Amino acid sequence: MPAERWRQDFPIDWQEDDYVTRRQFAGFLTLISGGLFLGTALLGIRDWWRRTFIPPARVLRVASVGEVPVGSAKLFAYPNADDRCLLIRTAPETFVAYNQACTHLACPVTYRRGARELYCPCHEGYFALDDGRPLSGPPKRPLPRVLLSVRGDGVWATGVIES
Amino acid sequence: MALTFFVDPSRCIGCRACVHACAECDSHRGISMVHLDFVDREASTQTVPMVCMHCEDPACARVCPADAIKRTPDGVVHSALPARCIGCSNCVLACPFGVPKYLPRYDQMMKCDRCYDRTSVGLRPMCATVCPSGALFYGEPSEMAARREIPTQLFQIGKQMVKTNVRLMVSPTTTTLTLDVADFLAEVHHAG
Repeated sequence: MPAERWRQDFPIDWQEDDYVTRRQFAGFLTLISGGLFLGTALLGIRDWWRRTFIPPARVLRVASVGEVPVGSAKLFAYPNADDRCLLIRTAPETFVAYNQACTHLACPVTYRRGARELYCPCHEGYFALDDGRPLSGPPKRPLPRVLLSVRGDGVWATGVIES
Repeated sequence: MALTFFVDPSRCIGCRACVHACAECDSHRGISMVHLDFVDREASTQTVPMVCMHCEDPACARVCPADAIKRTPDGVVHSALPARCIGCSNCVLACPFGVPKYLPRYDQMMKCDRCYDRTSVGLRPMCATVCPSGALFYGEPSEMAARREIPTQLFQIGKQMVKTNVRLMVSPTTTTLTLDVADFLAEVHHAG
């Protein structure tokens, strides 16, 4: 019996048959979507747990006023050591600070001296410097804003507003 | 040598034990896969038991558009996979031995799978265990050597040569059984 191409596609022998039935495929889809649902639910529970039972942010001195000239930025970690944040002095009396992780895929956003926006180089995302709202690119949520308070010559972080 | 299935129509007495034993199977309870055919009911009492011959190049599987009929390495051609069978009856028309059955109730084809649940664990098929006359025999080929008939696996059906896994006992002078659909059509016309 000549082995035509279509005979290889529809083999008679059980071992060579790797065709997936609609039922098998539907079962696979159900399993995958169930896994995604479970994973998302676990992440949601973890976040709710943290919001409910982790004590509120501490107050931290992140810089002195003279350390950050107008139009420049300083990196600091707040509220935890692995939460990198950007402190930017936009005017002599105005400081803003945002979490550095882009709300799209958590690449670090950068600040160019004198610019009016924050820029994420991974996917060309832009955020407004004044309030952290997304301006263009893939990000849809504003950057988490770090609340600041200037006391004497110190700039203090007092909390974080999640979007 | 491996256990082999032999069909010897000359020994069949038409008792229907095989038909009823087949229907006892748990995998298709109440539905028999064995055909008991009367050759010429008016003129003769001769009957012929027909089980699946498990062809080496199964026509039923070749014509299946849904890819539902599969063969295991031991040469057993299985009943249609229920998830795939679309009940088109192509196999029913294609089989030269008339083995597959289309069951409208389930919209499925079902056929003899040589009691795969039994033979795969070393037991004999239901029909062969109950046949009182040895028309259906499953066992060592050496046991068949004493019989007058000789086994054949070759069937010339029209222009096509079919080689089967199940042996049919034929007259000692026959090596290939030659069958032509046209011959049977003429017979039907003659009888009618």
